[in-house]
Amino acid sequence: MSLLELEVRQRLGDFSLELDLAIEEPGVTALFGPSGSGKTSLLRLLAGLDRPEQGRIRLNGEALVDTARRTWVPAHRRRLGVVFQEARLFPHYRVRGNLTYGMPRHLAGRFEAVVELLGIEPLLARYPATLSGGEARRVAIGRALLSDPCMLLMDEPLTGLDGARKAELLRYIQRLAGEVEVPILYVSHEPAELLEIADTLVLMEAGRVLAQGELDALLQRCDLSEALGGFDAAMRLEARVEDHDTAYGLTHLRLDDGQPLSVPTLQAEPGQRVRLRVPVRDVALALSPSAELSYRNQLAAVIDQAWAPPGDPTTMELRLRLGEQMLRARLTRHAFDQLGLVEGQHVTALIRSVAFARREL
Amino acid sequence: MLTDAEIEAILISLQVAGVALAWILIPGIGVAWLMARREFPGKALLDGLLHLPLVLPPVVVGYLLLLTLGSQGVVGQWLNAAWGVSLPFTWQGAAVAGGVMAFPLLVRAVRLSLEAVDPRLEAAASTLGAGRWRVFVTITLPLTLPGLLTGGVLAFARALSEFGATITFASNIPGETRTLPLALYSLIQTPGGEAAAARLCAISVVIAMISLVASEWLARRARARLQGRDA
Repeated sequence: MSLLELEVRQRLGDFSLELDLAIEEPGVTALFGPSGSGKTSLLRLLAGLDRPEQGRIRLNGEALVDTARRTWVPAHRRRLGVVFQEARLFPHYRVRGNLTYGMPRHLAGRFEAVVELLGIEPLLARYPATLSGGEARRVAIGRALLSDPCMLLMDEPLTGLDGARKAELLRYIQRLAGEVEVPILYVSHEPAELLEIADTLVLMEAGRVLAQGELDALLQRCDLSEALGGFDAAMRLEARVEDHDTAYGLTHLRLDDGQPLSVPTLQAEPGQRVRLRVPVRDVALALSPSAELSYRNQLAAVIDQAWAPPGDPTTMELRLRLGEQMLRARLTRHAFDQLGLVEGQHVTALIRSVAFARREL
Repeated sequence: MLTDAEIEAILISLQVAGVALAWILIPGIGVAWLMARREFPGKALLDGLLHLPLVLPPVVVGYLLLLTLGSQGVVGQWLNAAWGVSLPFTWQGAAVAGGVMAFPLLVRAVRLSLEAVDPRLEAAASTLGAGRWRVFVTITLPLTLPGLLTGGVLAFARALSEFGATITFASNIPGETRTLPLALYSLIQTPGGEAAAARLCAISVVIAMISLVASEWLARRARARLQGRDA
């Protein structure tokens, strides 16, 4: 049985929403697409804040909406915790009052744990107006979590925060995803966030679901490259920590196929597996390894697929195989032709060391 | 310090205005909510009707009340038959007249305040499991409080100062419907009543000032809480 099944049709002015999606796995599902692709509309339909013209939504096998049978479960009975883009805290309640607003009695024992998980203990007696953006989001997440939801919906929770606050809140969300059993639907249009947080992906474009499935599988599809962020897109690599080089501030890693890799120091123990983010823009290609380049990470790879995006005569999308793992690169068609690259060819992938970001496994 | 007649007039005024406010408070909030949050056919017409007591001469309102709630009026006859209640020429009648005159002021203040409440907060509350009624009581109403206080004081003051509708509908009976303005009017009509009239005048000013200051203080407290400051 699917966690969530949704099949709806709705017209919003001259924009129409035609969605058909199913979420099977618990964990974090990212709902990804450009602004205006219908992500927030989908969230509102799901939360019961809007009615679809036609369609049905089932959560854990229970029908929330079925227009054919006139089924309609109102928002307050859906048990979906929503974290809105703006925190939407109640200004006349203190943080504690906000957190307990939707908390059923049997969850009172979880209060301390959630407060601790989100690091909001010092804020409990304050009013929302005195909180910073990041603090308010954390309280909003706690509030939704304490309402005992079957699923947590997060609508671009990092919007409007500066870089450092973004990273901090993302860490809290990652921690939360690891510790609570509530599945999370995470709406975003930032490729970087996607890789940091998602296990599965629903890719949206112009009110339609373009693709859905496991994130890593979708990331490997050249035809989805543009929708996944184009030049901002990234891939994930998994590796094992070998040792740290304190003199240069580097951590040496080893990929599954045995190739070495160095990145700026990671807070991880030798032997630990880490997940790395490699933006497409930080991958270049050479025909052979060379000591005369400043790129320190030179990985032997095979061109698995070369794909010319229709309608774009200037670029080539490449998928590179490194053992079992995949990497993607984006070249100009000019460079591709001049190097005489073909599918199946052995090449060297040049990766700038600084391009790595990590997510613990 | 105050004469018996003055104390009597003050007490009747406060009683009339208090009861007037009490009976229009809940309907006022209800109508304000309807006007702020719902679209329905005839809304513009209702809006016009609501403002009617503000623009009609008060005597006309009093006369209309007499026509409907008087012993010959449709509602008046029913009230008398069903409950044995007769409103004209009683202090309850004065409270009805004051309430009718104050109603638009209350509705207007509460409506403006309701329109300023962010519906997104109400949506957030509903996703947290709060039904419509709980959302209204715990989110909408508290956030409307400053407007409700202002509107309440305005309505109370309007009922307190009501003259035309009251004298038409409830008459000017000492000890029953003779409120401060009516007592003042009577004194002005009486030769040699100037000094007593001046005293009533001063009393009216004091009562008005007290209610204004009190409402300002309460509204400031409520606003301070909404802005996250301890009041």
